Amino acid sequence: MITMHGVHTPEFLTGDELHIPIFQLLQQSGSLFPGAEAPQLDQDKARRIYRAMLGTRVLDERMLAAQRQGRLSFYMQCTGEEAAVVGATAALSDSDMIMAQYREQGALLYRGFSYDEFMNQLFGNELDYGKGRQMPVHYGSRKLHYMTISSPLATQIPQAAGYAYGQKLAGEGHCTITFFGEGAASEGDFHAALNMASVHRVPVIFFCRNNGYAISTPASEQFAADGIAPRAFGYRMHAIRVDGNDVLAVYRATQEARRIAVEHNKPVLIEAMTYRLAAHSSSDDPSGYRSRKEEEAWREKDPILRMRLWLNELGWWSEEEEKELQEHLRREVLETMKRAEKRPPPPLDTLVSDVYAEVTPALQRQLDTLKSHLRKYPDAYPKGARSLDPDVGMTQLDQPFDAQGEL
Amino acid sequence: MARMNLLQAINNALDIAMAEDDRVLCFGEDVGVFGGVFRATSHLQEKYGRERCFNTPLVEQGIIGFANGLAAQGSVPVAEIQFADYIFPAFDQIVNESAKFRYRSGDLFNVGGLTIRTPYGGGISGGLYHSQSPEAYFAHTPGLKIVVPRNPYQAKGLLLAAIRDPDPVIFFEPKRLYRAAVGEVPEEDYQLPIGEAEVLKEGSDVTVLGWGAQMEVIDRAVELAEKEGISCEVIDLRSILPWDEESVVESVLKTGRLVITHEAPRTGGFAGEIAATIQERCFLYLESPIERVTGLDTPFPLTLEKEYLPDHLKIFEAIKASAAF
Repeated sequence: MITMHGVHTPEFLTGDELHIPIFQLLQQSGSLFPGAEAPQLDQDKARRIYRAMLGTRVLDERMLAAQRQGRLSFYMQCTGEEAAVVGATAALSDSDMIMAQYREQGALLYRGFSYDEFMNQLFGNELDYGKGRQMPVHYGSRKLHYMTISSPLATQIPQAAGYAYGQKLAGEGHCTITFFGEGAASEGDFHAALNMASVHRVPVIFFCRNNGYAISTPASEQFAADGIAPRAFGYRMHAIRVDGNDVLAVYRATQEARRIAVEHNKPVLIEAMTYRLAAHSSSDDPSGYRSRKEEEAWREKDPILRMRLWLNELGWWSEEEEKELQEHLRREVLETMKRAEKRPPPPLDTLVSDVYAEVTPALQRQLDTLKSHLRKYPDAYPKGARSLDPDVGMTQLDQPFDAQGEL
Repeated sequence: MARMNLLQAINNALDIAMAEDDRVLCFGEDVGVFGGVFRATSHLQEKYGRERCFNTPLVEQGIIGFANGLAAQGSVPVAEIQFADYIFPAFDQIVNESAKFRYRSGDLFNVGGLTIRTPYGGGISGGLYHSQSPEAYFAHTPGLKIVVPRNPYQAKGLLLAAIRDPDPVIFFEPKRLYRAAVGEVPEEDYQLPIGEAEVLKEGSDVTVLGWGAQMEVIDRAVELAEKEGISCEVIDLRSILPWDEESVVESVLKTGRLVITHEAPRTGGFAGEIAATIQERCFLYLESPIERVTGLDTPFPLTLEKEYLPDHLKIFEAIKASAAF
């Protein structure tokens, strides 16, 4: 593979001559750039994308507030990155696999994950698919081909390469997209994944959300080079940098990436330039490491507003529809939240199920010991003790939203 | 029946698994056309093609990450880590990902198809990084299964069971025995149970317990002890996780004495777990302290390897001490 081209003076290259442009289609005014061509996107699909982006924003705002009120232990917002996540997802087949980091709830919403399903996970109740085991925002859906999120950063990136290799062997024309932040791209798993995917010609799209910060660490302290995109060339991989706040550019770039991946069995790297408008998580306060002025500058590039202006320009969206949808979404978020927080926790037996396909004798003994203990101290462990006895139903549960009043 | 060494038995098991199920894939460093540095995957690429048996780039975290993804997709990856000493770069993928995949997703997804094969153990002048026995690091991880065969017959039966097991399995192969252990192995498909110990020899005075390559060392020690009139019950644990408490308890209730041996260092070694469990469950029946014959709490040395290893004489002394207590 290495081309041997002899020179006779010591020539060092730095790659500085390489400038990767940002692919953009839509201006903040909602008009296309001169000469830019909108992707093939019919009105229904455009509205589906918009609803998912707005739905994500509304969910995030309300759930951060819920966390601040103590109703929820933890939360992470996608604010400012809705176009990157939803735009990319919309360019895929709905049965392509998504392996995300944690700031990609918009992808789930686009595919039809209901607010009830979100809430059940956030509150870890008996209906949560994950059986209340993981922290909030660690969603997963088998039917929507969305791999369950895990906290360790970048671990999903080589997994996505492996998943896509299996898809290639299956020959059904599917691919995998994996989302990750620019901070996660510093992990060794990122390198492992890109190299393996390229060597083994795997239909995978590596989608980097370069939002400027990994918690408090600015991108300037994350890497010295021109972002993430140029790394692809070291692996002989297609790469593109795209305006992550421009839903049309993200959609078009991902559409093309999918074509390269599926038709040619080649991995592709997309670097979406965006900005993490919210705090890293409900446990973070960005005022300690960045300025309001910087945030304001990015707030003016709001990806949702940009798309709305475009839709308005085409006559595909109106102020009335906007108002109606916002009200509808807010009401639904609130109602589903109330439903979810009233539901009981998963039964105690789920503590030991799914560690293995079958509960081992040793684990069964540990569960039995725990049950005897809980019977002895029924008031000390409200969740555990309640789920021991099937006769103790929802009526005896705390109703935290009543106690704390309406939002 | 055919005479096979341990490597041939492993190769035979992989061949059977790949022939039976198209979803089975073998990969790792040098696993492809070369057939692995120990030749465990010989001829598999030739037979099943480059897509199902292939070399990977030299990156352990990548190999296991890739394997996790494949298993989640529904494939049945058998990933090789060239030496158990080099499994640590993949520790995160194994401990945080493979082991927790089913649990954290509420069984929406799993990597049950995953098997990780890796040569382990000393006695081959391997020094620090071609001798380690890291099973105890993984034994602290719920969600994994850990299996160690002692001979060709076991290797084939347990590996076939591991590949078909619904949970991720780490399969430690005693490389000292790769060519040294030769035995009769059925040519047909068969499986041995994971999670069950095997009583190799019944006895009444002392229970002697080990796994993998240490079993032949135990045999030599027991031979010496029996000459001195000490009747030993010998147990091969076979599975480190989950381990067969009942078989060991049953044996110690009978003998009242227990000697455990492993090559790995003493502190935090798996013998500690066994000893603690047995004293809980057999307290009134124990007639002497539980003995642990293990490697020293040092990195694995090169020149002083023979002195370092828990050999048959050290085990013999422990058996005597236990019987005479």
